[in-house]
Amino acid sequence: MPVFRFILQRVLQAILVTLAVTLFVSFAIRLTGDPAIMLTADSSNVTEEDLAFIRETLGLNKPFFVQYLDFLKSLLSGDLGESFFRGSVRDLIAIAMPSTLLLAISSLGISILISIPLGIHSALHKGGLSDQVIRVLSLVGLSFPNFWLGIMFVLLLSITFPIFPASGFETWSALILPATTIGIILTATNVRLVRTQMLETLSAQYVMVARAKGLNERSVVYKHALRNAAIAIVTFLGLQFGNLIGGLVVVELVFNWPGMGTLSIEAIAQRDYPLLQATVSILAIMIVGVNLAVDLIYGLIDPRIRVA
Amino acid sequence: MTDQTQPRPQSPSIATRFLNSRYANFEFMAGAILTGTLVVLVALSGVIFPDGGSKIDLLARLTGPFQASGHPLGTDALGRDILERIVHGGRVSLLVGVLSALGAVVIGTIIGLFAGYYRGFLDTFIMRFADIQLALPFILLAITVIAIVGPGTDRIIVLMIISQWVQYARLVRGSVLSLREREFVQAARSYGLHNVKIIFSHILPNAMGPLIILLTLNVANNILLESSLTFLGLGADPQTPSWGGMLSEGRSYIQTAWWVTVFPGVAIMLTVLGLNLLGDWLRDELDPLGQTR
Repeated sequence: MPVFRFILQRVLQAILVTLAVTLFVSFAIRLTGDPAIMLTADSSNVTEEDLAFIRETLGLNKPFFVQYLDFLKSLLSGDLGESFFRGSVRDLIAIAMPSTLLLAISSLGISILISIPLGIHSALHKGGLSDQVIRVLSLVGLSFPNFWLGIMFVLLLSITFPIFPASGFETWSALILPATTIGIILTATNVRLVRTQMLETLSAQYVMVARAKGLNERSVVYKHALRNAAIAIVTFLGLQFGNLIGGLVVVELVFNWPGMGTLSIEAIAQRDYPLLQATVSILAIMIVGVNLAVDLIYGLIDPRIRVA
Repeated sequence: MTDQTQPRPQSPSIATRFLNSRYANFEFMAGAILTGTLVVLVALSGVIFPDGGSKIDLLARLTGPFQASGHPLGTDALGRDILERIVHGGRVSLLVGVLSALGAVVIGTIIGLFAGYYRGFLDTFIMRFADIQLALPFILLAITVIAIVGPGTDRIIVLMIISQWVQYARLVRGSVLSLREREFVQAARSYGLHNVKIIFSHILPNAMGPLIILLTLNVANNILLESSLTFLGLGADPQTPSWGGMLSEGRSYIQTAWWVTVFPGVAIMLTVLGLNLLGDWLRDELDPLGQTR
């Protein structure tokens, strides 16, 4: 059965990538030297016994590979161990993850709402003035550092005109600025994508047929062209998920958003390696998961992909 | 057959020749002017502002812009001139952007050329490495590694090369796969040319177009990434003027001194916009098939 072979192949590939990424993250973090010494660097009277005790409790005196297997086991069981300073890693992530997902989905939503109409408009008026304006604007959008756009929003809409809160997540209105910031950055890429895909499908023969049979333009564009372009657009959005997460990390910090990005930056600042290892690994696994899902769905919808 | 006796048309004036050339284009002109200005300013930064942007003047701290105070863009919390620091900060951005992209393009091209020509192990390696790179966004990779090796511009450059060579390798590999079957390569092979010679003098020149486009966009993107990392405190040390660092410091004074955070961001945006415009123009010129889209 080619379908099962295809699924099995992609799943195995995803598992291999997950192993490689987690192995890399764990190995990189173990290279730091002895966390026991770093943990006690601020206190003056640390005895060798204290250090030995810390290593014993944190499992640092086991060989690296055993530690990695322990980490994998803890990932699989869902119990992510203890952070150095802040209690259970699982609890910390359970609080941070929903905020991050909420922000990610809202920004993606904003970007889709803007980029699909603009992209279609651009494709339908190719070469015209509005197409040129949209093209230049999307280039400008690609040139903003995302965190700076965030700061500018705070400056304008929290300080000069105090409409939205500048940081934190106490009220729902606090979601608007960070989500718009990431949404606009994503839109810059997505408008171009929608435009290219629409141009491609609009020149396809079935669109010509649809026009030839006298369907109105609206139905040609939205029913025939957009639906077919949508597959490619969704795939690309999925592959962009990694970039979205990377952007979230920085923007979360600007808005002091209580999500995974802020958590991992705090983990670095405090040299909290178990927390850092867990946050980075889980974000990477999420990205692998989304890519796998997109791959599988696309492959199941469109049999041509399976061959590749 | 052309008629040899017909008199040649008068050669057009420079202005007409320019207007008819591929350079008379909004994207090229705007991109070239923005990028050119930046390169000139950075190259002359030591001459224009010999203090290196680090002269502290506490009496003039947080002076606003556009006042007749000798600080056209105002000063920061230590009274350092913003314009001076922006010009000097351009060094870090340009250095990171150019070096990282050059390193990645050299390594990626060589590996991609051989992988596409010989297939086999290298080919598989590139594809698997690309999967891994896709799963670990650069910011996450940098956070993990910088937590260990400590912050620094040099580390960021090395990390960018490690993470980004594979984009070039994949692009070149793709071009080589189709080029190696073309007649001129077959001809070179039938002459008995050495494979390495074929790869570098027959295949590489024909794969250059998309590479140059990707390189331009890569420099732009790495300038953005560098500013993000320095903003997070993972890049250049706070003593050295850098755009990301200025933004990070300025954030504490955003309530009272907007100019400290606005101008460095504008500098980043204009720089990256210039490079993106050039990249877009190059794409129209060199990549009609859309390999780099």
